[in-house]
Amino acid sequence: MSLLAGEEGPAAQSGWGHDHERKGFFTDTSICIGCKACEVACKEWNRNPIDGNLEILGSSYDNTGALGANTWRHVAFVEQGRERIEEARESGRKLVSLGMPGIGPKSSGARGATPAGDLSQVDRTPPDTPEFRWLMSSDVCKHCTNAGCLDVCPTGAIFRSEFGSVVVQQDVCNGCGTCVSACPFGVIERRDDGTVSPFAVREEEDPRRGTASKCTLCYDRLVDGEEPACSATCPTQSITFGDHPDLAEDAKQRVADLHARGMTEARLYGTNPKDGVGGTGSVFLLLDEPEVYGLPPDPQVPTKSLPKTYARTGLAAAGMVAAVALSFLGARR
Amino acid sequence: MQDFANADLIVIEGSNMAEAHPVAFQWVIEARKRGARVIHVDPRFTRTSANADRHIPIRTGTDIVLLGGVIRHVLENELYFKEYVQAYTNASTLISEEYGDPEDLDGLFSGYDPETGTYDDSTWAYAGDPEQIARGLPERDETLQHPRTVFQILRRHYARYTPQMVQDTCGISPEDFEYLATSIAENSGRERTTMFAYALGWTQHQGGAQMIRTSGILQLLMGNVGRPGGGIMALRGHATIQGSTDIPTLYHILPGYLPMPKAGQDDFAEYTRGIGKKEQKGFWANADVYAINLLKAWWGEHASAENDWGFHNLPRLTGAHGTYQTLMRMLEGDVDGYFLFGQNPAVGSANGRMQRLGLSNLKWMVVRDFYMIESATFWKDGPEVESGELSPEQIGTEMFFLPAANHTEKAGSFTQTQRMVQWRDKAVEPPGDARSDLEFMYDLGRRVLAKLADSTDPRDRPLLDLTWDYPVDEHGDPDAEAVLAEINGRHIAGEKAGQPLASFGEMKDDGTTIGGCWIYSGVYADGVNRARKRTPGQEQDETAADWGWAWPANRRILYNRASADPEGRPWSERKKWVWWDEESGTWTGKDVPDFPATKRPDDPGDPSKGGAAALAGTDAFIMQADGRGWLFAPTGMVDGPMPTHYESPESNIRNPLYAQQSNPTRVTFRDEDNLSSPGAMGAGGEVYPYVFTTYRITEHHTAGGMSRFLPYLSELQPEMYCEVSPELAEEIGLEPYGWATIISARNAIEAKVLVTERMTPLRVGERTVHQIGLPFHWGRGSEAVVQGDGANDLIGMNLDANTQIQNSKNNSCTIIPGRRPRGAGRAELVEAYRRRAGLIPELHPQVDGADGAPGAGPVTEGTPHPMRGPEEASAVPTGEPSMKEMRNR
Repeated sequence: MSLLAGEEGPAAQSGWGHDHERKGFFTDTSICIGCKACEVACKEWNRNPIDGNLEILGSSYDNTGALGANTWRHVAFVEQGRERIEEARESGRKLVSLGMPGIGPKSSGARGATPAGDLSQVDRTPPDTPEFRWLMSSDVCKHCTNAGCLDVCPTGAIFRSEFGSVVVQQDVCNGCGTCVSACPFGVIERRDDGTVSPFAVREEEDPRRGTASKCTLCYDRLVDGEEPACSATCPTQSITFGDHPDLAEDAKQRVADLHARGMTEARLYGTNPKDGVGGTGSVFLLLDEPEVYGLPPDPQVPTKSLPKTYARTGLAAAGMVAAVALSFLGARR
Repeated sequence: MQDFANADLIVIEGSNMAEAHPVAFQWVIEARKRGARVIHVDPRFTRTSANADRHIPIRTGTDIVLLGGVIRHVLENELYFKEYVQAYTNASTLISEEYGDPEDLDGLFSGYDPETGTYDDSTWAYAGDPEQIARGLPERDETLQHPRTVFQILRRHYARYTPQMVQDTCGISPEDFEYLATSIAENSGRERTTMFAYALGWTQHQGGAQMIRTSGILQLLMGNVGRPGGGIMALRGHATIQGSTDIPTLYHILPGYLPMPKAGQDDFAEYTRGIGKKEQKGFWANADVYAINLLKAWWGEHASAENDWGFHNLPRLTGAHGTYQTLMRMLEGDVDGYFLFGQNPAVGSANGRMQRLGLSNLKWMVVRDFYMIESATFWKDGPEVESGELSPEQIGTEMFFLPAANHTEKAGSFTQTQRMVQWRDKAVEPPGDARSDLEFMYDLGRRVLAKLADSTDPRDRPLLDLTWDYPVDEHGDPDAEAVLAEINGRHIAGEKAGQPLASFGEMKDDGTTIGGCWIYSGVYADGVNRARKRTPGQEQDETAADWGWAWPANRRILYNRASADPEGRPWSERKKWVWWDEESGTWTGKDVPDFPATKRPDDPGDPSKGGAAALAGTDAFIMQADGRGWLFAPTGMVDGPMPTHYESPESNIRNPLYAQQSNPTRVTFRDEDNLSSPGAMGAGGEVYPYVFTTYRITEHHTAGGMSRFLPYLSELQPEMYCEVSPELAEEIGLEPYGWATIISARNAIEAKVLVTERMTPLRVGERTVHQIGLPFHWGRGSEAVVQGDGANDLIGMNLDANTQIQNSKNNSCTIIPGRRPRGAGRAELVEAYRRRAGLIPELHPQVDGADGAPGAGPVTEGTPHPMRGPEEASAVPTGEPSMKEMRNR
């Protein structure tokens, strides 16, 4: 059996059948206003501890820094000048003319298909090229189709939910930390401190201390028919929650709209099922290359090569056995 | 707020909407998705600019020149909406021959008294027969050619506000000006509308009210008032600030914008005629009815026709009693006790040091808040304790801290910018001893009444006669809906006795109805709390009349008669809103029409009757005494009938337009702790060469009482910072994310440095102007999760004469690398700079920054005017100033 999820989607593949459509986020960074309400709503709902030392981080308005055990939503702030804006516009345009999947007008057919024709020459008057721009983007666990953390977890603490999301059971997790190195996005981490507030009076220790921790796609809200805290809070609908195929379709439509307005810097992230993690449950519309936002351009699930590795290891072992056998055979002579 | 989505162009100026109003900003995003253009004019590139089509950096305080430039542009190029201007504004009205314009008087309007620093507005009056003017029928020239028409006066007044003047004053390039002016022109008219949004970036100037007036004039000229996607959105300072002016927490008005009576104003009939006369046009003609219903709501059976409805029970104003005047009295030892509800003046009010010194002069103080805010702890851990200036042993203020319930722990309403009242129910019981403000006030009143029960002192009658009888729940919390029902009003006699009023139209002047706030009448019609309506958007049309309730009469757009042409037809299919339906003989449309329902568009009006009957079918501005939108305001503003540009008192730029440097009516307080840089008017101005402006950020809430005490918000923006351009950082030697000390004529603070291209140095004439951004959320105290120096410590108490609001947006400073001195060294540093600037009171008597500015003396209101409109009363009443050393200069 392959370790990689097939056409049926990750939940079905995990034995849940087809009762639930795969759920996910679409984060449209082109309408993010950087309010960080998602960060706060997430921490409030999940009672996650505060991070850091309460000093300015030195990264524009971002004082969170990165996703981690205590921070499951993180808003990045990127200040850019005109040159970089034009580069982003050009690189986005190239993505279209190269026929990159997931980008192009709705008429281009099914998800992942190549858009019709070369659009790079179409005359599209771009909006006023600003001298300067300030990008904001809310990052979150990708809930990968092929999740490295889940694959490597030796205790079974991490499971694939009926919603297609990847969830840690903190009462099962033994804190071994294997998953931390298996995440190609650097999302999952072990929690070393269970304190929510410097003023909180805690009668008992946080049982989550020392266990692996990350976004659950608000599993506890989903089972009650609620949407995750972050998307419910987002004032501009930059973060939307829903059925994964619908979100991917919305995302493609939005990119097409922005391209039609000349904003060729817009591109999608995570919608390609052929990428190194089989596509992600959380998809993003970005206005620059992924690295600019601190996202890996070509994420690879480390377990992707396991079958091949095992096969090669087997082959090598067989060779060794053969060589040894041969050497003994030879020695008999 | 959702009317933003109907706009074709949104100009956000004087507001950082995405950061300060992120939830409302969803409608701006929606408008953009529908193809609208968004322009952000602001000294800084903010999260709002990041989501706009263009950011235009401006030198703070020069908005009147920019918008005056656009006014000139649309007038000279005939781009204004002619039919609209002709029919619905006072463009054709002739102004008195005695009127003198600043263009002819070098920066002053006619009627200025240099002794008092105030205007007599009688020369700004409409021309014509006084009797006719009183009936809203002044002399007019419909050709707009007469030199004394408002239209021609406007043209002459703004003739020098050219693109070049804009560049030389605002630091805005001709290209950016052209972009703004053309965008506004192209997105106005029959088919399209432009909306303006402003906030404290306009109000917090000395002359801020006039900045708002400038956009009002422009919107009237472009025909963008009373129409979908038009108007001016006054984005409020925080939740239900609109509600707290409607039913005010202000000293100078009563519910429904009725003015507070002044000392000596003892005749009830004269008082109500001062608000609106029976013979004038429109709905202020019924001012007496509104006042009677309010007095009946408060004093019930004790208010009758015989005793003028208990009018004598109302306190009388003896002078300005704003927060800053009260503070000055504290410093003089004239205030014994002080209640603070949801306010943190030790951090949030101008001149923080004086605020804290004032509080330390009280005998007792009650703080009702969620946390031990700095105003509750300044006596033990404030900056003056750190510096050794004060010690807890010296401070006699007895402090009472009473925990308050928050908005989820009590029922009540929020009223937002578009006058929409939204109800919230109590979700959870408040924890511990926390109580709602309603319960606290009600209980306090009952205890005071119990103590006075046997009193025979006549001065206690107004209290003893109050209706003070709300039902309470099992926890003792009064029923907030009962208060809403009283505000709505009800019949107390006749067939309908006991029934709620359906609208203010049912209010009577004979004591058979009561109503606590006439504009809110209808919110509880039929006994239904309409503010609680929550029909989802998908289940109703775009007007969404079943979400909340907007005053008056659930009307979503005011003056919406103007959304139809003079004949009553929609200006265009695209901007259809309210129109005349000939078949039914009524006004109809997508909204509640803001006009007498059956008055035909061709109705000439009946001047002999007054009130609604006197309105002509085209008098769309039904609250104005002449039925027109006012391009020129003959009354209502204390500093001029039209906006004109003045520099801030601390500005280092000479006023490019007039010899008059600063607004001649501005209010300041003479005090050695409240000094100002002389700016361009004295050599010492160069000691404070940079401009600083204060603001909020999304992560925090005003003075921090609701954010710096919460770990999840504190970690998002943990430290006080300043924002500077790379050029200024280079000039001064500031390290990114290192420390800087900012010094003004009042104080010195320290902040972390954010060096960012979002700050742009502006070229203004021969000078490069550097602007420094300072969020004002931090303060010194040991209780909050995060603390830092407060930006308001740098700001002086210098007020706009119309509103008594301080100038927080445009002050001067210098900045040096490194942290500020500790202990007494801080004051020594400030003193050293003052010496260099010549700001030592005993050596330099003229220290408020305006040598040569005429006038110093008490503030009084202009004389009553025959055309006096229904607008709210001036913040500064007539009468002897109660404030020692208060100067209006």
